[in-house]
Amino acid sequence: MSVLEGKELRIVGFLCNWCSYGGADTAGVGRMSQPTDLRIIRLPCSGRINPLFIVKTLLSGADGVLVSGCHPRDCHYAEGNFYARRRLEVLKRFLPIVGIEPARFEYTWVSASEGQRWQKVVSTFTDQIHGLGKAPRLTPSAEALAAASAL
Amino acid sequence: MKIGVFVCHCGSNIAGAVDPAKVAESARALPDVVIATDTLYACSEPGQQGIIDAVKEYELDGVVVASCTPRMHEATFRRAVERAGINRYMFEMANIREHVSWIGKDKEANTNKAAELVGMAVEKLRRDRPLIPKQFDINKRVMIIGGGVAGIQAALDCADGGLEVILVEKTSSIGGKMAKLDKTFPTVDCSSCILGPRMVDVAQHPNITLYAYSEIESISGYVGNFQANIRKKTTYVDWELCTGCGLCMEKCPSKKSTDHFNEKVGVTTAINIPFPQAIPKKAVIDAEFCTKLIKGKCGVCAKVCPSKAIKYEMEDEVVTENVGAVVVATGFDLFDYSVYGEYGAGKYPDVITSLQYERLLSASGPTGGHIKRPSDGKEPKNIVFIQCVGSRDKSVDRPYCSGFCCMYTAKQAILTKDHIPDSQSYVFYMDIRSPGKMYDEFTRRAMEEYGARYIRGRVAMVYPKGEKYIVRGADTLMGTTAEIEADLVVLAVGAEAAKGSPQLAEKLRISYDKYGFFMEGHPKLKPVETNTAGVYLAGACQGPKDIPSSVAQGSAAAAKVLGLFSKDKLESDPQVSHVEIKRCVGCGKCVETCPFGAVKLVDFRGMPKAEVIETVCQGCGICAVTCPQGAIQLEHFTDNQILAEVNALCRS
Ligand SMILES: Cc1cc2nc3c(=O)[nH]c(=O)nc-3n(C[C@H](O)[C@H](O)[C@H](O)COP(=O)(O)OP(=O)(O)OC[C@H]3O[C@@H](n4cnc5c(N)ncnc54)[C@H](O)[C@@H]3O)c2cc1C
Ligand code: SF4
Ligand code: SF4
Repeated sequence: MSVLEGKELRIVGFLCNWCSYGGADTAGVGRMSQPTDLRIIRLPCSGRINPLFIVKTLLSGADGVLVSGCHPRDCHYAEGNFYARRRLEVLKRFLPIVGIEPARFEYTWVSASEGQRWQKVVSTFTDQIHGLGKAPRLTPSAEALAAASAL
Repeated sequence: MKIGVFVCHCGSNIAGAVDPAKVAESARALPDVVIATDTLYACSEPGQQGIIDAVKEYELDGVVVASCTPRMHEATFRRAVERAGINRYMFEMANIREHVSWIGKDKEANTNKAAELVGMAVEKLRRDRPLIPKQFDINKRVMIIGGGVAGIQAALDCADGGLEVILVEKTSSIGGKMAKLDKTFPTVDCSSCILGPRMVDVAQHPNITLYAYSEIESISGYVGNFQANIRKKTTYVDWELCTGCGLCMEKCPSKKSTDHFNEKVGVTTAINIPFPQAIPKKAVIDAEFCTKLIKGKCGVCAKVCPSKAIKYEMEDEVVTENVGAVVVATGFDLFDYSVYGEYGAGKYPDVITSLQYERLLSASGPTGGHIKRPSDGKEPKNIVFIQCVGSRDKSVDRPYCSGFCCMYTAKQAILTKDHIPDSQSYVFYMDIRSPGKMYDEFTRRAMEEYGARYIRGRVAMVYPKGEKYIVRGADTLMGTTAEIEADLVVLAVGAEAAKGSPQLAEKLRISYDKYGFFMEGHPKLKPVETNTAGVYLAGACQGPKDIPSSVAQGSAAAAKVLGLFSKDKLESDPQVSHVEIKRCVGCGKCVETCPFGAVKLVDFRGMPKAEVIETVCQGCGICAVTCPQGAIQLEHFTDNQILAEVNALCRS
């Protein structure tokens, strides 16, 4: 089973269990309509997110990755989101180096009470990814080699 | 491995926008899935039984339920699979309600998405392994932060239940806002007559240790074993010696100290006991106003104190208490009314807050219970109450209803008539909200029996005219402008989160909403729990609450603590970090990053290796990302499991 061609793109969300996953739940309970593209992976803390997960996800064919955690200073694990913020900031700068459009990745803070904010984050990010379109798939190695030797 | 998948209809909650049968059908094609079926209500008794039967019939090793959010029913289903004989961690959930059927209308897209979420859960489950919780001892003492009526109730209930209670209050007496009230709605009984005895009970209870004039400095640990550092702020008075005789207050020549208890109506002496019924009844020096502390001169109180309790050289002291649970009952603060410049609050002396008015009504207040205008001490005849000052007003970022102001305004209108029979009260209101028991009857009495004139509409401005004030506002029922000549204007200021709430929340690792009120575990089903095990909420710190609700919540929190402590041992969550000793190079990076000090370096055959203290680890996984060797992994959320979910999604 895959995304609905022409309708959806592949957007993966990494969410912390306490704030943002709760915020997404709050949006659901409030029946706040959202685009269907996003699939959420639940983690205990945004500090559990290894930037390499995001790179791997994008290299595996995701069109966008959204990370969301508790607001800084409001982390269930005291300082997990501070670690996350530092790592993800570095990742942002690193993405163009590995040939990934930085706009395909975003990170935000949404608390468990902010259903409306979550709705907005999802809608805006999905729009942004639709604006970029499908991520370019990796070219077969033969072609890449040919292109490289032509330089 | 044999996996069973159960797709819930949740009545029409899911089935209305997702096709559960199709989701189940697609799940049958997934690796290791031996049975996939849809069920009407997975969480119901027959639903759970269906899962249990299937586990036995198909000899399942793991179960996936696609239904609501795991924050709702993960525990329910884990118990069910455990009853069926498999480890509770061999269970995964796919959230196809909050994250699918409730947020999208397109059934095809939803069904597709639900099927993918099930695919993810299956891939994760294929890498799950049984986890066994560890047992640990609990310290059966409880700390209650905040000594308002909610905290007092929680303290007394816990203490009566046989627990040792530590009560921490930041001001020099317990009682909170209720101690300042004159009478209480809807019964109009004397506030200090019902609260006073309870305060005395706190002081006399053998199980309660009271730290007044103290605040939480820091707190560490976990459910069953918290360590709290409590800062006892200096009072400059040795409370062991002080008898509360009040002689120092009589003789203190510095009489301009802010009278916090009387809401700054009037002033008090630099050394003072806030009110006669204070618990503990001990004096405190306000360093800001004490001549001895400022200029080194005076020292009168030390001379007159018969028990030699004054200690000018005293300093703050930090004490540590070990407890197993914490109840937060820090209450609320009043909205800063000076934001409403058009009402002249802070500018005109006769525009006061509801709590200041409460002090004017009180027999133990600064005027001895006589209603006097602050400007000239005259008895006011026309009194205008303005409701919703800092409530239900988006423009000042207070869109919520403060809950009790309609009621206390009606109470104050009634009391005003009792005090000054020839007075006339006017109340500007938006709506009257009085849903409690006997509440609507009460507001009606204010109008019908006590002749308070209610005017529906917002006030545009208040301005002085000679000795009086003109209150001008809309009368939206009459469609006219109302202009009332007032001698005194009382603002029903709304409730907001107590100052310092976010900071306290961070120390306790609990959540707060965007206004600073603490968040409950679940808005309906966990009203006094927080998301941090062992930390509970009581009273208005969670949101505006009147006395009956605050007291009820205080008792509820106490019941939760007693329930928690009814076991001798607690089980720790086994979803914690685990070090693979062969890979660990002993660099200690995990030790440095762990916010809880849960990892330590130990000697292993002459080499340093990391070791996780399982009862201390909270399972955040920060260490797992930090480790350059990939040697420390978070159980149930390993790199492999997370990447398996990614692969399941990106496979196409
Ligand atoms: C003008 C007015 C009139 C009212 N009249 C009525 C009435 O007639 N009937 C009725 O039912 N309700 C009435 N109420 C509501 C009533 O005041 C509240 O329901 C009640 O006070 C809530 O109790 P609480 O213990 O939750 O909070 P509080 O009374 O606010 O107590 C909180 C306590 O915690 C302490 N604290 C705060 N932060 C900390 C910290 N960080 N560390 C340690 N201690 C801390 C505070 O000093 C305080 O002692 C009225 C409210 C107002 C404003
Ligand atoms: S997961 Fe790691 S960082 Fe987090 S509490 Fe446990 S040991 Fe510490
Ligand atoms: S970070 Fe990794 S390698 Fe370093 S001590 Fe911790 S577990 Fe061992």
